[in-house]
Amino acid sequence: MAEEQQSPSGGGALLHRHPRLRLGLLLGPPMLWLGVLYLGSLAALFITSLWTVDAFGGNIQRVWNLQNYRDLFTIDVYRTITGRTIATAAAVTVIDALLAFPVALYMAKVASPRLQRVLVVLVLTPLWASYLVKAYAWRGMLSNDGPVEWLLAPLGGGTPGYGLVATVITLAYLWLPYMILPMYAGLERLPDSLLEASADLGASSATTVRRVVLPVLFPAAVAGSIFTFSLTLGDYIAVRIVGGTNQMLGNVVYDSFLTGNNMPFAAAVATIPVVVMLLYLAAVRRTGALESL
Amino acid sequence: MTFSRATRALLLGITGLVLLFIHVPLALVVVNSFNVSRTFAWPPPGFTTQWWSAAAQSAGARNAIVVSLEVALLATAVALLLGTMAALALQRFSFYGRDTISLLIILPIALPGVVTGIALANAFLTVIGIELGMLTLVVSHATFCIVTIFNNAIARLRRVGGNLEEASMDLGAGTFRTFRSVTLPMLRSALLAGALLSFALSFDEIIVTTFTAGQGIQTLPIWIYQNLFRPNQAPVVNVVAAALIVVSIVPIWLSLKLAGPDESVAAVR
Amino acid sequence: MDKSVITRAAVAAVLALAVAGCGTTSGDGDDDSGSSGSEGQSAFTAPDVPMAESLGDNEGELSVLAWPGYAEDGSTDPSVDWVTPFEEQTGCDVSVKYFTTSDEAVTLMKSGQYDVVSASGDASLRLIAGGDVAPVNTDLVPNYADIWPYLKDRDWNSVDGQMYGVPHGYGANLLMYNTDVVTPAPTSWSAVFDDADSNAGKVTAYDSPIYIADAALYLMKTQPDLGIENPYALDDDQLAAAVDLLKAQRENVGEYWSDYLKEVQSFKTGDSVVGTTWQVIANLAQDEKVPVEAILPEEGATGWSDTWMVSSETDHPNCAYAWLDHIVSPEANAAVAQWFGEAPASAKACDVAEKGFCDTYHAGDEAYAEQIYYWTTPIEQCLDGRTDVSCTTYQDWTRAWTEIKG
Repeated sequence: MAEEQQSPSGGGALLHRHPRLRLGLLLGPPMLWLGVLYLGSLAALFITSLWTVDAFGGNIQRVWNLQNYRDLFTIDVYRTITGRTIATAAAVTVIDALLAFPVALYMAKVASPRLQRVLVVLVLTPLWASYLVKAYAWRGMLSNDGPVEWLLAPLGGGTPGYGLVATVITLAYLWLPYMILPMYAGLERLPDSLLEASADLGASSATTVRRVVLPVLFPAAVAGSIFTFSLTLGDYIAVRIVGGTNQMLGNVVYDSFLTGNNMPFAAAVATIPVVVMLLYLAAVRRTGALESL
Repeated sequence: MTFSRATRALLLGITGLVLLFIHVPLALVVVNSFNVSRTFAWPPPGFTTQWWSAAAQSAGARNAIVVSLEVALLATAVALLLGTMAALALQRFSFYGRDTISLLIILPIALPGVVTGIALANAFLTVIGIELGMLTLVVSHATFCIVTIFNNAIARLRRVGGNLEEASMDLGAGTFRTFRSVTLPMLRSALLAGALLSFALSFDEIIVTTFTAGQGIQTLPIWIYQNLFRPNQAPVVNVVAAALIVVSIVPIWLSLKLAGPDESVAAVR
Repeated sequence: MDKSVITRAAVAAVLALAVAGCGTTSGDGDDDSGSSGSEGQSAFTAPDVPMAESLGDNEGELSVLAWPGYAEDGSTDPSVDWVTPFEEQTGCDVSVKYFTTSDEAVTLMKSGQYDVVSASGDASLRLIAGGDVAPVNTDLVPNYADIWPYLKDRDWNSVDGQMYGVPHGYGANLLMYNTDVVTPAPTSWSAVFDDADSNAGKVTAYDSPIYIADAALYLMKTQPDLGIENPYALDDDQLAAAVDLLKAQRENVGEYWSDYLKEVQSFKTGDSVVGTTWQVIANLAQDEKVPVEAILPEEGATGWSDTWMVSSETDHPNCAYAWLDHIVSPEANAAVAQWFGEAPASAKACDVAEKGFCDTYHAGDEAYAEQIYYWTTPIEQCLDGRTDVSCTTYQDWTRAWTEIKG
């Protein structure tokens, strides 16, 4: 960008004269780390999924075959679990987006700067509390005679009990800050003058929100959704704590790998969330959301 | 103002409710750390401070906190280095494949932890052939921490532009001198904020940790997980969590002081 | 043999199970036993490993490989410590490494870095067959005399009458129920299988593939036509029958449990009223004033029994024998049993343990112990001795478990 001109010397004269070398040195280490180590690991995982294990003790047999994928496609239970996992991830994402929008809007455009800081702290606090402890707190909240039941019973309601609904609530709770913060950041960048102009031109609050705020908000929401969606896709702990008898893709990966000693099958199952996320990222890329990440 | 009074009141109301939703379970954790019942019966049959004194004496919890601090610090240090380099490269140069690289940086956090976890574990054990331990754990954590630093640094670089660096070069400063005297001071607060969030991310990580830490390494989340399986330890776990919630206000406040709001926010991811 | 394997696999789930999980690393551990094909059967010849004939001075060091909870040094809870007294008495400095699956234990023992190991039934024979552990000269372990006779010379801890370790604790997977809700009091596992629908949505079960053995045990007693002789030796048809039973059970299951806290909580709140449990959980629930009872149903139950063994490559045989003797000494054995929640192997531990502890855990009750089907890893060679079919493996069980949960 700005550094293409020629200029005198200094300690890094060589570097100075060769921007490409500078770029190479800057980019080399992160690319080795992410491009070689990380992408390499993913590739190795994929290759492993094409192998199999011997029946005894889980030695990997390096025989190429598609049996793992055939099982994934032909055995009903995996389709059920995949569907359940994606539906849960979508529900969590939508709920988080709906909850986060008014909060982010209030924080960014209504609250005073001082209150803004306080609110940011309040939204961030749960990120520092242990994930497990928060999930167990929800287990307590939703139990048969817990606070939710206690609170809603007089109103004729009650706890949903442990199951998919409890899982969605818990995960939506856990990931909510990851949705509020990008939305807040997106709205922060929206100049107040635009909102004022909209009002001056006679737009109602609703119209302003629809015509001015939402277009800015959308990429931010998409950015947040990458996190809520991906975190839900891979979760296997919350569902064990509040999910009743349900299991998700993460549980299948975990069980195949750790209990069943079957790395190739675990790898095959793991490709499902990878494919889902890659499709999602590809779709999202066009919205420009990745820029606002 | 731009929003009608009714709209603002509505927004305030919803915000209040959502904040309540966020904080009631946390309050429950704190209340339960004083709950006499070892399984957190509700409403609490009585209150006690015995769990707090038990937690204070737990060497296991102390060790786990130290291990978590070490891992988070080391991972953050690596991420700082790599994330800053990547941000400089992507923001100060334009080249073919830039978009792909920014996607690659996001990938470790955009893919579910269970995928990252088994991919790295598989690579360490079968491809590279090293034993799981502190090294593999730090490497794995650094992988998904890079993005927090990168996001922060690139947001700041985008905002301040390259003019100052150009001027520095024009005045005869070399590459390193320019970085030390111009770029780094510009980036410092953004990097600190990013580092704090990277630290937080690593400190509470359990899924990738499960797969990539050797059995000798016990981080705090793992300690918590194991102790939920030991009889009578659940209240102590709750105390540790309650204490963390309270202590966490300090770093969050600090990160807000250190950076403008947009960076601290961008960094969370 | 145990559910403790799984328990603790779950317990420490997190610690580098990956080691055990990853083919090339852990696989090595299985080879020897694989070729011997002898798990659960004593029909094999153990490699010739010399046995200690006499003891000398302690070496000042001991490296222990243990399940979490079996070698506590006070770091979890300052009052739970039987390692420090051992160090003070013997001058052997102890370093402890925990493992989380039997595969991992076998792999780690092969490295020769550990002097003693707490081995479960499925690991112990592999270790013997692989020549990784030495026969134990029980004459050199004075406290061995106090161990319940019914734990000595069993399939999983001896070969041809030669002990390969010292048994130290065992337990059963019991049936727990809420006495207020479940009436009349159940006496059979049918409460969670055929009759589970009377408590629909409030039945709980242990969340692990090994729970399939519980269903197999029930079928073994109630449907003799299936020909199940051993709940850990199931051919395809028998496994399918167990899976069907568990799928039917699932309709009535509120949730599966895998940790102490989860089960005690759900009985406390009434989210669960009947299901499989461990004695220690039942006690914890009763302490919390939950109206529950835990029984050994008429069909018997699955369970675990663990053994401390000595490495064949140990450089510290004297400290190792001292540890074996210490761990089944009345005080230490009682402490381990009470902390972990299992029956102690030593009769004298019952004199030291809290009053009533041994009665609660049925330690010394031989008739009770005989009703326990100790956990064993299912392998292709049928453990019941059938040679005309091949049996389903633990991997098959793992997949089946995923299908059962749906």
